[in-house]
Amino acid sequence: MDFICNFPFFSILLSLFSGTICSILPGKAAKIVNRVVIITVGILSGILLVYLLDSGESFVYWMGHFPAPWGNEIRAGVLEAGMALFFCIIMYLSMAGGAHKLFDEVEESKHNLYYILINLLLSSLLALVYTNDMFTAYVFVEINTISACGLIMIRQVGRTIEAAVRYMIMSLLGSGLLLFGLCIMYDLTGHLLMSNIKESVSLLIQNGEYQIPLIVSIALMCVGLCIKSALFPFHAWLPDAYGYSTVSSAAILSSLVSKGYIFLLIKIIYRVIGFDIFNSTRIIDVLFVFGLMGMIFGSLSAIKEGDIRRMIAFSSVAQIGYIYMGFGMGTQAGMVASVFHILSHAATKSLLFIAAIGLTEVSGGSRKFIDLTGAGYRNKWAGVAFTAGSLSMVGVPLFSGFISKLLFAQAAVQVEGKMLAALIVLGISTVLNAIYFMKTVIRIYTAAGDTPYPCITFKDMKVHAVVLILFVILNVLLGVSSQPIVNMIEQGLAMFA
Amino acid sequence: MGPNLFVNYGEAVAAILFCIGFTNLLLQTNLIKKIIGLNIMDSAIYLFLAEKGYIAGRAAPIVTNGVTSAEAYINPIPSGLVLTGIVVSVSVSALMLSLTIRLYVRYHTLNLDEIAAQLKKEGK
Repeated sequence: MDFICNFPFFSILLSLFSGTICSILPGKAAKIVNRVVIITVGILSGILLVYLLDSGESFVYWMGHFPAPWGNEIRAGVLEAGMALFFCIIMYLSMAGGAHKLFDEVEESKHNLYYILINLLLSSLLALVYTNDMFTAYVFVEINTISACGLIMIRQVGRTIEAAVRYMIMSLLGSGLLLFGLCIMYDLTGHLLMSNIKESVSLLIQNGEYQIPLIVSIALMCVGLCIKSALFPFHAWLPDAYGYSTVSSAAILSSLVSKGYIFLLIKIIYRVIGFDIFNSTRIIDVLFVFGLMGMIFGSLSAIKEGDIRRMIAFSSVAQIGYIYMGFGMGTQAGMVASVFHILSHAATKSLLFIAAIGLTEVSGGSRKFIDLTGAGYRNKWAGVAFTAGSLSMVGVPLFSGFISKLLFAQAAVQVEGKMLAALIVLGISTVLNAIYFMKTVIRIYTAAGDTPYPCITFKDMKVHAVVLILFVILNVLLGVSSQPIVNMIEQGLAMFA
Repeated sequence: MGPNLFVNYGEAVAAILFCIGFTNLLLQTNLIKKIIGLNIMDSAIYLFLAEKGYIAGRAAPIVTNGVTSAEAYINPIPSGLVLTGIVVSVSVSALMLSLTIRLYVRYHTLNLDEIAAQLKKEGK
């Protein structure tokens, strides 16, 4: 086994331990440690990705050298390594983009705590991406939840504490269901490793045994992860949690935390249950319907919202709906579209959160639309970046959002019976997206007349502007050179089987 | 299904307890009651696991008198899972309780709806 095969393990351990180290460091040093860790993990994942693309097959890594049914395993394929790399890029940019606001939002004595949480979050995300063991996945789901809750409440105002409580309650309901589903699955198959469970599940299906408990178990795990990733009827906690936390937290929560759970669900679908067995259940129809409802109701809530951050948060509900709609189609193409949308949404939503903070800064800190009038002129970089993000969300060619909408539409055409519903809702949702995002863009480019707020130039916000530019480049890159990425996703999904 | 339900009555009780805990965590407005619901829900899962790991007439998997045959002991993995689960639920409960204290100090109530109403009044 090559030395590179150790990299997934190294990245998880590195981020886990750096979290512990940050607890005894002062804020500034913790910040440096945090940045270095994210970059290192990103580089390791990048090397791993190149290695896997080169070798063309995934590998399983034994933790502690115990063979299959007894030991704990890590598994890495193209999709896992690619996701880890992408998560690191988004996390680094989100941290850098929100760093200047951190001093206003969090007491300075608590900065090192913030970096502990970020490191723990990174390690739990990596573990969710790489693990091959269901119970390990559950434990890291909980670590993820706890650190995300910390990220929400680190800004100590009433709103965020209440939002954190609501987030915790919904998350705990979700993880309770996940754990119960997992226990039933263990009970049925006698295994905790994903590959072993899959063999037993296909045997059970062949012999026609324990059909009802099997469906119950799959349904419980799905519902649990849907609650945690804020699929439509379970999204009540989301706007407050994303709307009032610190800007980096909001960007990371919306673009990474919920995606970690969705990625775990993809792994469960492919590696635990088996794609065909999953598609033969009625669960995908339920996911499809709720995905469609999320796409419409999320956008409707966003239109009604008068607060820019909460509007962007509600837009996340709609985008999560898109991803679940892709699952609900039950085809390979739908899945590829969903995975691409995970990337596209992560790149766009964090861009929008970081750009929105630039706009509110030049409007006296107010997030109301009326105060944002003309903010695009006062902070040109944030204005341009916000416009780019909005265009991507609406689905204008050149940007990543267009490609994901195109992939969804192409996937929908191949599915009999769901095509019409998917295409109609896709159309309606695009129009609704356009209404609230273009409303905002027009608002920030309406001349305001006399305002008491100062203008901000490039000199005042160098890091912020560079981050915004990088985000826009990332977005355009996903939109322009989508084919290699789609190929990579297809290859990665093929490795899952 | 009927006869199985009576054979596996422990699992049935665990499922009912899980539902009770789940509804409490979801529907109670009092934060402390919510946390109690959370603990009932988690304990129900541990009961389920313990029931599944237990084999009638066998001992706990600790070798004391030199018996090494696997036939003599119950399945130890569910017990291990329960231990891990307990660690997780303890830390989650602690976090929830600390959040509750924060909210109580600020708003002098444990009712989540009242807290939301007060937040609206603050208008921030």
